[in-house]
Order: sequence, then C-alpha cells, then structure tokens
Amino acid sequence: MNIFEILGPTMVGPSSSHTAGAVRIGLVTRKILGGVPVSAEIGLHGSFAATGIGHGTDRALLAGLLGMEPDDMRIPDSMRLARDFGLSYHFSSVSLRNAHPNTALLTVKNAEGGTVKVQASSLGGGRIMVNKLNDITVNFTGEKPTLIVQNIDEPGHLAEIAYALYYKEINIATLQLYRNQKGGYAFTIAETDNEIPQESIETLKELDGILKVTYIH
Amino acid sequence: MPFDSVESILNTCREQDKPFWAVILEDDIHERGTDREESFSRMKQLWHNMLQADETYDRNLKSASGIVGTDGGRMLDYLHSNDSLCGGFIGSVIAGALKMGESNACMKRIVAAPTAGACGVLPAVLIPCYHRFGCPESRILEALYTSAGIGQVIAYRASIAGASGGCQAEIGSASSMAAGALVQLRGGTPEQIADAAAMALKNLLGLVCDPVAGLVEVPCIKRNVIGAMGAVAAADMALAGIRSNIPADQVFDAMREIGDKMDASLRETGFGGLAATPEGIRLRDRLS
Repeated sequence: MNIFEILGPTMVGPSSSHTAGAVRIGLVTRKILGGVPVSAEIGLHGSFAATGIGHGTDRALLAGLLGMEPDDMRIPDSMRLARDFGLSYHFSSVSLRNAHPNTALLTVKNAEGGTVKVQASSLGGGRIMVNKLNDITVNFTGEKPTLIVQNIDEPGHLAEIAYALYYKEINIATLQLYRNQKGGYAFTIAETDNEIPQESIETLKELDGILKVTYIH
Repeated sequence: MPFDSVESILNTCREQDKPFWAVILEDDIHERGTDREESFSRMKQLWHNMLQADETYDRNLKSASGIVGTDGGRMLDYLHSNDSLCGGFIGSVIAGALKMGESNACMKRIVAAPTAGACGVLPAVLIPCYHRFGCPESRILEALYTSAGIGQVIAYRASIAGASGGCQAEIGSASSMAAGALVQLRGGTPEQIADAAAMALKNLLGLVCDPVAGLVEVPCIKRNVIGAMGAVAAADMALAGIRSNIPADQVFDAMREIGDKMDASLRETGFGGLAATPEGIRLRDRLS
C-alpha cells in the first residue's frame, strides 16, 4: 500500500466499506448507465442490508448515483437531493447467491430510457468490484479507464477492439470476455493504462455486431 | 516496493544519515513516480482536512442510530470548568479523539488514518501539538510521513482492517503510528520512533473488534481516546530513553499471529464481545 492508502482517503463517515465504498458503487453505476439517472431500484445484500442504514449505505449509494465522490459533504442529504434532481428510488433487502457480504444490486434508468443492472461489492478500504452487469458475470473496479463493449457473440469483435486501442497506442492492462450463451450477448471489458480518446469509442460504436460501447474514466 | 520492516527503515536512516520522515518521503516519490512537491501538497491537503474536520465538529449532532454524539462537547465543557485529572494537553487529546470519532459516526467528513473507525487517533495528538506548542505546519507534515511509514509496515506484516485483525489492527495501528509521529515531532531519533511505535501497539495487542449492532460507534469512538493517550505515553517513554524490549517488527508480527487466532465473532462481525452483551443486543434490536 502506498502512504496515501494508509493516510486517507478523506471521506464522509462512518465506514470505508459501508459508506465510501457504497458511494463508489453508486458512482460507477451512474457512469455505466451514462446520462442522468431518473429512477433506481436498489437491493441491499448481506451486511449492507443488516447494518446499511446505520452506516448511511443507502444515502451513500444515492449520493454516488447523483455523481458525488466519497468526500462530498452533501452525502448525508442525498435523499433530499435525489428528490430535487428528479431521481426516484426504492430500497429493498435482497438475498444474492454467492455474493460478497457487502453487495448492492442496482437497476437504474436514465432520462433517455436507457437502463442498466449493476451488481457490485465493497471490498474494504473503499475499494469496490463490479460483479455483474445486466446479469452477466463480470469483474472490474472502475479505478482505471475501462471500456465496456456489449456485442453479439461472434468472431472478430475482440480483434476490432484490440486494434482500435492499438491504433491509438493505448495499452490494455486487463482484458475480460463474458457471454450469456454461445452466439448470444457478450461483454468485452478492457481496463487500460491510458485514457481512450472519444474518436476510438465512436469508431467502435459504428461497427456491425457491436451493440453498445461504454467508457468509464 | 515500500519498506517491509521498521529495521530496514532504520538502516536506511543510518546509511543515508537522514531522518525517518525523509526516508518515507523519498520512498513515496519513488513508488508513485511523483515529485517532492506533489507528495507534500497531497500530505498538506490531508492535514488541512483533519483540521477542518476538527473545527467543524457539531456538538449537537447524534448519529443515525441515536446511540452516539455530543460527548466531545461534554468533555470540552468539563475541561473548561474543572481541574481535570489529565490536565490541559491530555484533556484536549481526549476531547479531540471523541470529537473526530463522533463526527465520523455522524456522517461528517474525516480522514481515514489508517481507517475511518480509527480516524480520531492521529489528529487527536497532532492538533493539540499544533495549537498548544505552536509546532510549525512543516513539522506536522514530517510527523505524518513518519506515521504513514509505520502504517505501511504494519499493513505489510499484519493488517489494518478490523475484519482481519480485530481492533488492535485499527486503533492499535493508529496508536503506533501516532506514537511515532509524536517522537518525530519532538525531535527524537529514528530508533526512538521505532520504540514508541512498538510500545504503543504492545499495549493494545489482543484488542478485539466487537462493535454494537455492527456500527462504527460503540466502542470505537472511546477506543480512539485510548489509542491517542497510549500514543502520548509511548512517545514520552521513548523520548525518555526507555526502550521496547521487543522490536517494532516483532510486535507487528505478534499482532498478525494474534489476529489470525482471533475468533470470527470478535473481528467486526458484531456477534461477540460487547456486541453480544445484553445491552449490546438491546441496542441492536432497537434499531432493527
């Protein structure tokens, strides 16, 4: 750990896992959704369900959905702010199979009608992991620039993505492929060392068989 | 790679004839590929955030559970109107730790050091030094580097998470870091810093993490007080020339071993210790 992982982060309390991590889960969900969220159905699993209210986990998740970082002093007021910003929300307790004790399942919609379902865990010290995207198992943190491509499961798309990144001299740090079934929908997720230019993302969006391109940074 | 032992930090101090904090600063510059200016400005920001968190304590706030809050104000009133047993400096250490712990529980902004649950220890000892002894800010930043270096070694050799090592890993680590910081601040030698870090943690070995209702409230807030006071005592002992018979690295290793042997009910699950007392259970049930 570097010294600023020992001292810090500066965060709104009371818990790095149940509060700061929850803000990050909300924020990464907002980024995956794109645009402004207008409704959120939020399921709390395990310790998030058991001690979440006392740790402000509910308010923290909403704050992240509203675009706040873990040190934003408006986090305690996020329920009121959600109403001001037109974000309707509903919380429930859920029991997820094989999930980390600190896990949330968020189904969110934006003003344009886009929707996404994100299952993510808070691992401790404010670090998080996205575990499922639209019910497909994935594995990324959102800490590095992350490219999420939803494509039809057919040959060639990985090569197209790799070439688009290579063309701009972007180094891939981690690469993951997931699909719901053979020939079905697939996710290609690349965490990169450098920022990906908008131009590369637009190029990928236009390719046949590529359904959606999301870039988190 | 960061230092994996206090011994290697001390050796580097001797070989390069540099103070403890400077060795940690240089390691940070190397590790994160940054420069002195960026590193210092980031540390300064953390310090300012600690000061701000202390200044914005709200003595009227209660936590969402309703269990904690307002004790920082109560302690301040007592110090102002009574001849306290601890005296002015330790009195303000106690009040500072309570205030920060309560601010954290009340969803105010704090600096995790090394965790949110232990966020009161370092500021509780450093802020009174800054205000009462007029320590310049640059010296405070040096002390923070020293504390971070100790924390790094603890995180490497043992743990700084209550879920892994119990409260000794949170309040114990914070106390060890704060003790080293105080010796740095008072001009002690690198060896005295290591002795203070060792003594402060030795006194908290075995401390379990047994939070009532699983919340960072009871007993966490008051344990920040003990972590801070223990740090002051360990620092003064080290500055007096008292040595720790067990070297710091071996104390950290012992903490790991104790944490490994600790039952899961005593590692942040909220099932054992104080959480399992009749009153702990009553408080928990009242919330659900």
